[in-house]
Amino acid sequence: MASEMTDTGGAAALPQGLSGFARDWTADRQTFHVPWGKAMMWIFLLSDTFIFSLFLTSYMNVRMSTRVPWPNPSEVFALSFGGDPIPLILIAIMTFILITSSGTMALAVNYGYRGDRAKTAALMFVTAAFGATFVGMQAFEWMKLIVDEGVRPWGNPMGAAQFGSTFFMITGFHGFHVSCGVIYLAVIALKVLRGDYEASGNYEVVEIAGLYWHFVDLVWVFIFAFFYLW
Amino acid sequence: MAYVAIADRDHHLHDPDTFITKYIWSQDHKVIAIQYAITAIFVGVVALVLSLLFRLQLGFPDTFNLVDPNQYYQYVTMHGMIMVIYLLTALFLGGFGNYLIPLMCGARDMVFPYMNMLSFWVYLLSVIVLLGSFFVPGGPTGAGWTLYPPQAISEGTPGIGGGIVLMLVSLAIFIVAFTMGGLNYVTTVLQARTRGMTLMRMPLAVWGIFVATILGLLAFPALLVAAVMMTLDRVVGTSFFMPEMLSLGRELDYGGGSPILFQHLFWFFGHPEVYIVALPAFGIVSDVLSVHARKNIFGYRMMVWAIVLIGALSFVVWAHHMYVSGMNPYFGFFFATTTLIIAVPTALKVYNWILTLWRGDIHLRVPMLFAIGFIFTFIHGGLTGLFLGNVTVDLPLSDTYFVVGHFHMVMGVSPVLVVFAAIYHWFPKITGRMFNETLGKVHFWLTLLGTYSIYLPMHYLGILGVPRRYYAYGDTDFIPASAQTLNSGITIAALIVAAVQIVFFVNVIWSLWRGPKADPNPWRATTLEWLTPDTPPKHGNWGPNLPEVHRWPYDYSVPGEKEDFIPQTEPPHAGVAAGRDHGVHH
Repeated sequence: MASEMTDTGGAAALPQGLSGFARDWTADRQTFHVPWGKAMMWIFLLSDTFIFSLFLTSYMNVRMSTRVPWPNPSEVFALSFGGDPIPLILIAIMTFILITSSGTMALAVNYGYRGDRAKTAALMFVTAAFGATFVGMQAFEWMKLIVDEGVRPWGNPMGAAQFGSTFFMITGFHGFHVSCGVIYLAVIALKVLRGDYEASGNYEVVEIAGLYWHFVDLVWVFIFAFFYLW
Repeated sequence: MAYVAIADRDHHLHDPDTFITKYIWSQDHKVIAIQYAITAIFVGVVALVLSLLFRLQLGFPDTFNLVDPNQYYQYVTMHGMIMVIYLLTALFLGGFGNYLIPLMCGARDMVFPYMNMLSFWVYLLSVIVLLGSFFVPGGPTGAGWTLYPPQAISEGTPGIGGGIVLMLVSLAIFIVAFTMGGLNYVTTVLQARTRGMTLMRMPLAVWGIFVATILGLLAFPALLVAAVMMTLDRVVGTSFFMPEMLSLGRELDYGGGSPILFQHLFWFFGHPEVYIVALPAFGIVSDVLSVHARKNIFGYRMMVWAIVLIGALSFVVWAHHMYVSGMNPYFGFFFATTTLIIAVPTALKVYNWILTLWRGDIHLRVPMLFAIGFIFTFIHGGLTGLFLGNVTVDLPLSDTYFVVGHFHMVMGVSPVLVVFAAIYHWFPKITGRMFNETLGKVHFWLTLLGTYSIYLPMHYLGILGVPRRYYAYGDTDFIPASAQTLNSGITIAALIVAAVQIVFFVNVIWSLWRGPKADPNPWRATTLEWLTPDTPPKHGNWGPNLPEVHRWPYDYSVPGEKEDFIPQTEPPHAGVAAGRDHGVHH
């Protein structure tokens, strides 16, 4: 922090507002005052946002263009624990787990910057475990749809074939992201634990992994809203 | 700030010592650039040969019989896809982007060299998968390069077995490769410039490549999504793009999908793709013109903003490719309007190129000839684009050779001329040797005149109403016999142009071995890549110290100076008007 203070000592004299913004953007050497990896992750996430947006837009498009009625998500995604089926209960638990994992990830980033290796790694493993649980429950949900309800990518007994196609494709693509995230977090957590970042003292890498993780969670909120609530 | 010193820090570049780490599994951006370029040019030659085969069929329908109707469609499809994506996109971004960005920005390498290396090898994999489709039963897909469903995956189209699947898989792999490279290019430009290199002191070549890469990162997702969905339609049997339909008298299992959705996805990628290829060409040609006219580029700031504006607008014009698919007239109006608005920044660039030449000290060396040739072909291709951007004019012309002529003029010949300009321009730096000037001039004149004799008549054929996508025309009332004569002429011109490219390859290979040693800065240019301590630049580019930039890249023929160029690293001194520098002063 000390070096930051000296280097930007003239900050008070620098232009503020729009001209300050323009100055930052056109400054030499770097446009954003972040490490390379973090800038690259943001740009990647922007690109990935387009992939998910286009998947969801395509889903809305086929849902509107098919002439066959769309299955009712409250019924399809209901789960019974002996009594009456409770609509959306499984997905509610899954969503809760994924959002909780964002919380543990944020804590991990915090402890990373404090240099507490043990707690950082532990919280990252917890995050990864939540992620793995999510993927496991998603596998259960897929199995229930495929085995019990006869939903296939090319058709289902409840209505439009595109229901199954889009569901498996988009949740599958998201589940793939979560699975990659679990591996990514586990690898970084192991490296943190091993002390790989002690030499530089730079734990940005935890935050960069966190960016990816929060993004995957955020995307889930949209998938949840468009698939289960519409 | 703590990060500022990263560019100066002696960070751990891998140290290549064996042949394999130096030239094969290399993480050096310059080697990766050459690997990209060689691979791209190789597939480009394959696509060129394909075009000759179907041109022979078109020009002399009953004479050669080299291709049957199915092969005709397959070759046209592969020719289009290879040229647009595997040649031009890969060559401009993977090739020139890789080579020029670190050198022109004053960086030692891309920010993540390992990922950069992976990008090339994944690209190579996509090329192998694509070429593999020639060897599967049924051959490559013949769906046309736009791969429109339902025909792309329905009975009757050649290559619906393995061909179309390999094409889609190859595209997906290509997008992965591009993303790995593209993230590197954008991050390097944004975060790893040398001291003094502000965004507004970057050469336009870097600006063009930079904005094109951003377009790629935002547009390729649409192609990826479309490729995934069509693969599922073909392999799993989903109906994303497939409506209920009868095929060969039989009802298909598909139902309820939307073929128009594919067109939207494809062109949401496809139109920015035009500018992914065009913007690097714009940037490179600006630099070549300025260097060889010994004049600063006219309106540098406007040129930068035009690149950015064209990039932004390219995302809201895609449906002008779909007028004939039918759409609400208000949408047609909207897309025609946005399309014509793009003509404004584009025309601005053309005027500025011409004004850069105006009263310049023009040296008609080979790169300059190609750059000036580009201005001609681009104006012709651009003007016919105005015709096609209007709905009412597009409808009758859309299925004719007018579109083929327009498209090849603006997106085939123009970028390829810039590719040649760039290769000749940077050849001395890349190889350390000079090419043969006479062979280069022969190459230029025959290529320029030859391509004109290919594509100019196509506009006329189009206005006559000669439809594209036909294997043979036979006897028709509305096509006069003279059209066939013209078609034969086009084919002969195409054969000549293709043969002339041998001159280019001979020149390159001969000069590599026997060319005279090049001066480190033979064109007396100002930009950083000419100021490296070694030619060709060694690993790490700059020796112990990074260059420091003090001025914009276009200080040519500054009044009162001894030399007619001032390198970007030259500190301000008495007598030099620094007023043209748009950068932040230190």
